[in-house]
Amino acid sequence: MTTSATTPMPPTTPTPPAPGASRRVDPSAAVARTTSHSSFQETLVQTLAMAWRALKKMRRKPEQFFDVLIQPLLFTAMFAFIFGGAISGSVSDYLPVLIPGILAQTALTVCMATGVQLREDMDKGVFDRFKSLPIARIAPLAGPMIADLIRYGIASVLTLVTGLVIGYRPGGGVLGCVGGIVLTVIAGWSLAWIFTWLGTMARSAQSVQGISMMIMFPLTFLSNAFVPAETLPGWLEAFVKVNPVSHVVSAVRDLLNDGAVTAEVGWAVIGCAVVVAIFAPLAVRSYSRKM
Amino acid sequence: MADLDAVRADGLVKDFGDFRAVDEIDLHVRQGEIFGVLGPNGAGKTTTLRMLATLLPIDGGHAEIFGVDVRREPHRIRQLVGVTGQYASVDEDLTARENLRLFARLQGLTSARAKAIAGDLLERFGLQEAADRPLSQFSGGMRRRLDLASSLITRPPLIFLDEPTTGLDPRTRGQMWDTIRELVTDGSTILLTTQYLDEADQLADRVAVIDRGRKVAEDTPDALKTQVGDSTLQLGLADGSDLALAADIVRRLLAEDPVLTPESGRVNIPLPDPNRAADVLIGLREAGIGISSVSVAKPTLDEVFLTLTGHGADEPRTGESQAGEPWMEAAR
Repeated sequence: MTTSATTPMPPTTPTPPAPGASRRVDPSAAVARTTSHSSFQETLVQTLAMAWRALKKMRRKPEQFFDVLIQPLLFTAMFAFIFGGAISGSVSDYLPVLIPGILAQTALTVCMATGVQLREDMDKGVFDRFKSLPIARIAPLAGPMIADLIRYGIASVLTLVTGLVIGYRPGGGVLGCVGGIVLTVIAGWSLAWIFTWLGTMARSAQSVQGISMMIMFPLTFLSNAFVPAETLPGWLEAFVKVNPVSHVVSAVRDLLNDGAVTAEVGWAVIGCAVVVAIFAPLAVRSYSRKM
Repeated sequence: MADLDAVRADGLVKDFGDFRAVDEIDLHVRQGEIFGVLGPNGAGKTTTLRMLATLLPIDGGHAEIFGVDVRREPHRIRQLVGVTGQYASVDEDLTARENLRLFARLQGLTSARAKAIAGDLLERFGLQEAADRPLSQFSGGMRRRLDLASSLITRPPLIFLDEPTTGLDPRTRGQMWDTIRELVTDGSTILLTTQYLDEADQLADRVAVIDRGRKVAEDTPDALKTQVGDSTLQLGLADGSDLALAADIVRRLLAEDPVLTPESGRVNIPLPDPNRAADVLIGLREAGIGISSVSVAKPTLDEVFLTLTGHGADEPRTGESQAGEPWMEAAR
């Protein structure tokens, strides 16, 4: 039916798949062929196959892009007009502070969806098959996260565009903007491992949602995303300064507003790397245990 | 290698909290045979299979598949075993073709080969018409076929089938049986669970009967049936007042005591040899006793259970008040 022209199979072999469908299955040969774990290259292929699956699902269920589309539009405009005057004196003065903050907040919201969707997905029968296949345990987790890069990308670009429409003029120029968005996407992807871990631990998708909210709100609002840290009481300022989200926000501000790759950018990247280094193994371990 | 068992499980144990779902089960499956695990809902069949397939941790005992330790080398086991679950484990959001391609890619086939093998399996399982339709439009039988096809991509030497025909109509069930037999012809070994004695009888070379997490019998289907007893000849008499006379005739002909139901004029006669059914019918006609209905019933799973365990198959296990199968919840 769909013998696509791209298939590099020689036309002389009508039944290419099984090396001789009539040949008998040989258990001893099969045992000899087994490997004790997936190689790095196999893991990569498996992860990409899982990403392919996630992309197919996205295409079929466009409603899951709702949060990615609405939140940037709504929150950017709302926060700009409500807090602009109070915090920075005017909306246009507030936008350079706000846009990087909203970018971080949006990225975190998308992360949350990553965890919730993974949990939902894991309850389906097909995960039984994934678990019964000889694939690296990280592939079913990392695959959807790669596909989610698209969601982070859409959310970040939309936020920035909304800002531009309202009157934001980033001083960092095109390069600064690209840098800011790339950093947002990296940060979103890294922080998503926390929520993926939650997804493998929690009992239901609802509980992932609940726990994620409790993590997300303090992380975004107890940061410098919307207000300057200096205006806060001392104890809170101390927390805000160690909050990784603050570093990401500061770094994105530096990139967007000044086009400068500052130490904050370095800290943000290191912070992201640390989050991945801690939570990726935790997530894989908890997923394997669940089998 | 040739005399190595496909499955060698000794003293398998699975606990879900205080509840022992699998209690020291031994299973020895020889290469190239169809081995049936027979038991009612909740007996521990699925749990046993899931442990052997590395889908559940083994709490006690030892299991090897083609000599590979299940607990120590799960990744190798997953390369040797194809698992088809009780609930079709295919991706509802993808098409049949996409499912097969995904599973093939995950198992290291190149993109081109994945495509080719997907086409091949779709054809073999009669799914090419529906290949690109969403799975939501699939019937139960089509899903099962796709599920089985998904397990065969790498032609694993051992295939687990968990209640492969539960919920299928008789025709589809027959097709599934044919497919399963073909797999064995190709050299695969099959371990299947079933609730139906009939299915075990049709397919399996040997059968283990599981009840309340324990193995209560293991034998060939024929031997099991002999152990359980006979078919039953069920007669409805046209005139209920002939009952006593009919009973006398049966006793004289077969030397068996019939079970009488005077209210409905029914006689149930144990039948050690089905050929003797004709003797009874002829005897009744000669005596001028009219018959309103005739049927021969084979021993049911329930009777197997009654004989082997002393209680019926659908009697709930003591201490198990939750509906359904608690370990399925725990397993998910």
